[in-house]
Amino acid sequence: MLEALSYDFFQNALLAGLLVSLVAGVIGSLIVVNRITFLAGGIAHSSYGGIGISIYLGLPILFGATVFAVITAIIVAIITLKNRSKADSIIGILWAGGMAIGIIFVDLTPGYNVDLMSYLFGSILAVSYDDIIYMAVLDFVVIALVIYFYKEILAVSYDAQFATLRGLSVRFFYTLILILAALCIVAAIRVVGLILVIALLTIPTYIALMFANNLSKMMIISSLFAMLFSTLGLFVSYFYDISSGASIIMVSIICLLTIKIIKR
Amino acid sequence: MKTLIKLNNLTFSYDKTNVLENISLEIKDNDFLAIIGPNGGGKTTLLKLILKILKSKKNEIEYNISDGFIGYVPQNTNLNLDFPITSLEVVLMGHKIKKRRLFGYSKEDIDCAMFSLKQVGMQDFKDSKIGSLSGGQRQRVFIARALCSHPKILFLDEPTASIDVKGQKDVYDLLKDLNSDMTIVVVSHDISVLLNYAKNVAHVNKNLVFHSLDNVSKNINAQNEHLCEVELLSALGSQNNKCCNHEH
Repeated sequence: MLEALSYDFFQNALLAGLLVSLVAGVIGSLIVVNRITFLAGGIAHSSYGGIGISIYLGLPILFGATVFAVITAIIVAIITLKNRSKADSIIGILWAGGMAIGIIFVDLTPGYNVDLMSYLFGSILAVSYDDIIYMAVLDFVVIALVIYFYKEILAVSYDAQFATLRGLSVRFFYTLILILAALCIVAAIRVVGLILVIALLTIPTYIALMFANNLSKMMIISSLFAMLFSTLGLFVSYFYDISSGASIIMVSIICLLTIKIIKR
Repeated sequence: MKTLIKLNNLTFSYDKTNVLENISLEIKDNDFLAIIGPNGGGKTTLLKLILKILKSKKNEIEYNISDGFIGYVPQNTNLNLDFPITSLEVVLMGHKIKKRRLFGYSKEDIDCAMFSLKQVGMQDFKDSKIGSLSGGQRQRVFIARALCSHPKILFLDEPTASIDVKGQKDVYDLLKDLNSDMTIVVVSHDISVLLNYAKNVAHVNKNLVFHSLDNVSKNINAQNEHLCEVELLSALGSQNNKCCNHEH
């Protein structure tokens, strides 16, 4: 246990896990109460396109993924606001299309390909000091915006029609929620990977929903659960030498089931 | 009495067929207006047009009141029951926040919301999750949310649709009290109870027929507490409907 903590890479991974958990609890709550898990999943997967393009052009990978994910989030927002009934299939297209772009660009990149599995499923070896700084900045931006616009986000999420009557722009805040989700997803790519990120956004919030009577408490409780799961998951990942994303998710699911059984 | 909202020959269609045709109506200060009519007759559409949720053509609706003084209680308050939000927070959504604070709500905001909750008798449930309340309690919280913006006119869409009989009477008694300070407009097809409270009735079924309830009550056998709809509609009908024989 202590031996693991003495390694720099493990310290980085732990710190990254805590940073991701903090923001995942906040944004995961927004995703769950707005019932946009599928949208968030689409944004997460299509951000792989950004990773592929960044590798091809030699740009910083997380930065490329951020730009790509934010653009996808805006497109998703426009489509879903315009036509809810067709949103489903269009998100499916973005989901697969983004990944296809990513794979094509990686294939086109000459020479040695970086370990792509780590972006899909997370890897504790992958977190660098620069990544941590980048994640901390994303955390700060996302959480500051949520705190500043908390009342508006709450009103729009709970009752969009009434919020409109009160003069709030549902379009603006709905788009903002999706952009924040995109930023959160990018922050989580290193630790849990983009395929598994959706579980980190939904499992702790699902548990928190059982205990919280309002949104802010739900956010805090889910952040705490996410921190617990990512820390436990990282230790499991270290000792058994398995992908960190998968072990974090499995720890979360086991805890969820335990809590469900106890609460019955 | 001052006219607050005036509709001039309002016509509206979703696709090609008109849902509403040539609607003219004046909503006056201190009125208790019941908008009744069959399902699909255009009651909710009319309400949404007045509230600007749907767009009407120019000059079809004249307002003698600013938007901020129009309160609204929506039809379906049973949506989103899983949503983690307390009664107090629901009411706070209705409050106009003057000074922006970085974190949480000011004492003034909370006092205002608590006052509205007291008005509807729900102050003890301020920290209850909205989904854990009964239909009638939830309806009262939504009325408190509308009251929190200090409206001069309050619109309610089917306020008693999913409430038991006791809860319905509570809601209408509350509206009657509120009517001393503000205009109340209730959309409902649950006319038997509503007619004990309303001052005027507008029957909407594509067209609108307006009745002052003073005239109607003369036509209704007042001893009969629960009236059947046939009697009511014939009493309200302006086209001299023949009263049908109807065994109770």
